[in-house]
Amino acid sequence: MNGFNVKFGYRDIFLEDVQPVHILYETRVKTAGCRAVIDARGLKHKELTDLLREAVRRGSSELVINHVFGQRYIGTRLYSPFKDEKICIEVNQFPGNDLGAFLNGHRITVQGNAQDGVGNTMDDGLIVVHGRAGDVTAMSMRGGQIFIRDNVGYRAAIHMKEYKDKVPVLTVGGTSQDFLGEYMAGGIVMLLGLNLQEDEPHRARYIGVGMHGGVIYLRGRLAEHQVGREVEICPPDERDREIIGRYVREYCRYFGGSPQEIINGRFQKLIPASLRPYGQIYAS
Amino acid sequence: MLVRQNYESERYVPDKEMDACGIFGVMNTEGVRFGGRMAIDAIKNMKVRGSGLGGGFAIYGLYPEYRDYYALHIIYQNSNLTAKEEVEAFLKKYFYMVFDEEIPTNPDIRLFASPLAWRYFVALQKSRAEEDLSDEEYVISKVMYLNSHIEDAYVLSSGKDMGVFKGVGFPEEIADYFMLDQLYQGYIWTVHSRFPTNTPGWWGGAHPLSILDWTVVHNGELSSYGANRRFLEMHNYYCTLYTDSEVLAYAVDLLMRRQGLPIEVAAKIFAPPMWDAVGRMDDGDKELYTALRMVYAPLLMNGPFTVIVAHHNEMIGLTDRIRLRPLTAGAKGELVFLSSEEAAIRAVCPDLERVWTPNGGEPVVVRLHTREHLQSLNKSI
Repeated sequence: MNGFNVKFGYRDIFLEDVQPVHILYETRVKTAGCRAVIDARGLKHKELTDLLREAVRRGSSELVINHVFGQRYIGTRLYSPFKDEKICIEVNQFPGNDLGAFLNGHRITVQGNAQDGVGNTMDDGLIVVHGRAGDVTAMSMRGGQIFIRDNVGYRAAIHMKEYKDKVPVLTVGGTSQDFLGEYMAGGIVMLLGLNLQEDEPHRARYIGVGMHGGVIYLRGRLAEHQVGREVEICPPDERDREIIGRYVREYCRYFGGSPQEIINGRFQKLIPASLRPYGQIYAS
Repeated sequence: MLVRQNYESERYVPDKEMDACGIFGVMNTEGVRFGGRMAIDAIKNMKVRGSGLGGGFAIYGLYPEYRDYYALHIIYQNSNLTAKEEVEAFLKKYFYMVFDEEIPTNPDIRLFASPLAWRYFVALQKSRAEEDLSDEEYVISKVMYLNSHIEDAYVLSSGKDMGVFKGVGFPEEIADYFMLDQLYQGYIWTVHSRFPTNTPGWWGGAHPLSILDWTVVHNGELSSYGANRRFLEMHNYYCTLYTDSEVLAYAVDLLMRRQGLPIEVAAKIFAPPMWDAVGRMDDGDKELYTALRMVYAPLLMNGPFTVIVAHHNEMIGLTDRIRLRPLTAGAKGELVFLSSEEAAIRAVCPDLERVWTPNGGEPVVVRLHTREHLQSLNKSI
């Protein structure tokens, strides 16, 4: 080996060469009333999140971010203990991972595809993606709503949770890859399968593995081996139909389509068979 | 209070961020050569996926004027000139040296502990005893000897009409250092930005890892490294680069070149279907997949990974069977992209025609003069 300690080569990818926020604000932001248009081209994600925070601090409540190419954590650092105003953020294409992580009640609209970790541990608010989303969408989400027009990747809604009146909702218009709702502990997942052909089954496997709370409403066909052992499949009752109707109508409000046609499709309800699936695993 | 002060340990390395390496590949399926701009800009766009402790490029169609000769890229650590003399004496004994030179570098770019980098274009000089050995086996045995016997000398790549440029730094700095954008063209470029977690960042351990004209860039970690390594040693591959990803380069060479298995089968050896999925297959498939698990169990790559494997005419993207690391594919005309993140592809090709996420364990095969990659599009969602 080279005989050097690796630390001499280490570089700080997050803070190296970050431009001061007041300079960025002068060069990158155009404001009109409460609306701020931000040019994100080439910015590091620390610079962009600084800039968003600064724009909100100076009174903007509607943020339009253009030329986004992979910057992470958009919408994350906008919590203020002194101000309850909710911000609207429009992301013009290709946000990076962890979009809206820890989101605190703000609304994010993405005009294109999103990457991995949309709404990671999101607390409240709304994320609408006019495209598809990547892996671990709605991971550990604990409140608010996410609407994805097309498909999601692996492990959507992994360990989603709920508490009293905080019930997170993930609505996916297309289908999903494997491990949807893995270790799910609460909340509502809607998988509408709108881009599947007539009678074409969902292809996701290991749906709801380790699930011990919450509910998945799945529209379309599914074989039994595609769901985890911890899951029970049953038909939706009256109350379920009401919930399905509410979120399908909202989905159609964002992306178009006929709510009635979607609601008339075949829905199945996936719930955990036990609230403590592994209660005996190390004890028996 | 026992601990009041924070002592800075010599062994201190900054906290492990929950990040992962960035990988990117672009190929022109008509074989048209192009410069490095796309690969460099794309990996730069994923800067947070690396830590500046390793970056590198593999380029195919690199040396058309020497395409009949093996191009050896060799680094000498600590500018060890004795090692260089030893290597050159060895090369003169076993090869005919057609041309050699220092790989040109930009003196304005300062990198961490940069070694002396040299390239040799060689033809084989087989002894009578080795006449029956295939050319590839001959080259591999010599490369393995150099890597394991001569201190401070490491062969970065050893294929024809291709080469690996890598080192410690961000990939865009490596590109500037070797002036890749100004000096070279190729029809496949793969690139890696390293975030070493378990093994040190050093020049030989950067990616791509390579043997003959095979290169591998890898994101993830192979917890099966020990088992894989022992199996490969039985086939005369010796791991000398202090990184788990090295086994992948030798495994693809063993399976695909030596044993002639197609990538579709090799992919199922590295990332086999789960037993319960095998149980639902028809009898023919069940027999095949069971046999693969029995025969090649030590080549199962356990742990999270995404790799881009390349050799002449082909670039292949593959993830582990439950996709614990990301991979996105994209295409526009004859350009096909593989990347850790979609945004990186979009950044260098704004008018992308299609983009898709292959399923775990399903390879994306990009083959010269074919539209084979679209098969994986149909299998994905």
